[in-house]
Amino acid sequence: MMDPETPKNRNYLQQAWLVLLLGFLYGGALAGVHTSLAPRIAENRLQETLNVIPDLVPGAVIQQTELISLAGPGGGLERIYRTADAAGQHNGWVLVAAGQGFADRIELLIGMDRQFTTITGVYVLDQKETPGLGDYIRDAEFLDRFRGKSADILLSVVKMSPSLPGEIQALTGATVSTWAVCDIVNQAIDQWRDPILDQQASTASGTSSADEIP
Amino acid sequence: MAAASPTALERFLNGIIPENPVYRQLLGMCPVLAVTGAMKPALTMAAATAFVLICANLLISLIRGLLKPHLRILVFTMTIATFVTIADRFLAAFLYDMSKELGPYVPLIIANCLIISRCEICSSKQSVGVALADGVGMSLGFALALASIATVREILGSGTWFGLTVLPSFWPTWGIMVLPPGAFLVLGLLLGLVEWIGHRRATST
Repeated sequence: MMDPETPKNRNYLQQAWLVLLLGFLYGGALAGVHTSLAPRIAENRLQETLNVIPDLVPGAVIQQTELISLAGPGGGLERIYRTADAAGQHNGWVLVAAGQGFADRIELLIGMDRQFTTITGVYVLDQKETPGLGDYIRDAEFLDRFRGKSADILLSVVKMSPSLPGEIQALTGATVSTWAVCDIVNQAIDQWRDPILDQQASTASGTSSADEIP
Repeated sequence: MAAASPTALERFLNGIIPENPVYRQLLGMCPVLAVTGAMKPALTMAAATAFVLICANLLISLIRGLLKPHLRILVFTMTIATFVTIADRFLAAFLYDMSKELGPYVPLIIANCLIISRCEICSSKQSVGVALADGVGMSLGFALALASIATVREILGSGTWFGLTVLPSFWPTWGIMVLPPGAFLVLGLLLGLVEWIGHRRATST
C-alpha cells in the first residue's frame, strides 16, 4: 500500500522549497556577517566599558584597571574588572551582569567599592526596552538612584519617594524595567560577593591572576 | 483593461514627492517621530532604511517569478529581516555611538511598512531595473522627509544643524522641539504645509 503521506510531503516541498532555500542562504549570510564583524563590535563594547569605569568607580583610572578571571557564579572562569586609582591603589570592582528585561536582555556594568559593601555606580551597556518608557533606564537621573546603596540590603522598587535604604523609585510606566535592573544588581552582588572576597584574601597572600586588557 | 505599470523613471520620481512615503503615504511613522531630534541620527536612519529597501527590492524582483502567492509575505519578511540585521551589525561595528543612540529603532526597520509595501506593490511584480529605481526614489523621499523634520526640530530645539550652531546666542531654544511632542507638532505642521502647497498647485493648473 502506498504511503498516504508521500504526495502531501512532496506538495509541501514544492510549495516551500524557496522559503527553505532562502532560509539557508540568509542564515549563511548572517553567519558570515556576524563572524567578520563580531570582533570589531566586541572591541567597541570593551572601549565603551573602559570609558565608563571612571564614572562607575570614583577615582579609578583606565590605565590601572585590570581584567581578572575569577571562578564566577556559574562555576567556570568569568571576567570582572579590578579598578585602581592613578597611584595603582586598588579601589573597586566593575561587574558585568545581565538579565531579562521587559522586552529583551538587559546588560549592566555595576561599580562596587573595594570592600564590596557599596554600589558606586550602574551603567546600562545594552537594552531594548520600550522606547519612551523602559529605555529611560539608561538615563543618569535613574541610574544615580543606585549610587551609594548598600550591598548588604536587597534593593526593591517603590512607586513613590523611597523611605528605606534599599528602595529605588520606579520609572513612571516602566515598573517592570525598573524591577529588572534591581534584580540584575541584586543577583550580581549576591553571586559575586564570595568569589571577590575570596580573591581579595588570595591577593593578600599573593596568588592573584590578572589578564592584560587588549 | 489593466493600466500599464509605471516605468522606472515614473517609479523613481513618484517616490520623491508625488508618493512620498511620509508626506503622502504616512508610512514609517515610528522612525519619523523617534529619531528626528537631530540631523545625524535622522540621516543615519534614512541611510539604513535605504540600504534595506533597495536590497530587498532588488532581491524580491530577482526571484519574483518563483514566489508563491500565499508564501510571498513570509519571503518578504525573511528578506527584510536579513538586511535589517546586516545594517544593524554594520552600524554597531563602524558607527557604534550612533548605533547606541538609535537603539531599537534600527531593528524596528523590520516593521517599517514602507519596505514591505514596496515589495508587494512594485518589486514582486516588476523588473529589477524598475525595482531599483523604485527603491532609490522611495529612499530619497524618506530621507527628504526625515531631513526636513529633523532640520526644523534641531534648529528650533537645539539651535544647531548637524551639531553646528546656527542660531544667535540670544535666541531661546525651544526644548519641546527635541521632545516627543515636538515631533508630532512638526510632523503635523509640515504635513499641512505639503498638503496646502499640493492643493494650491492643483487649483492653479
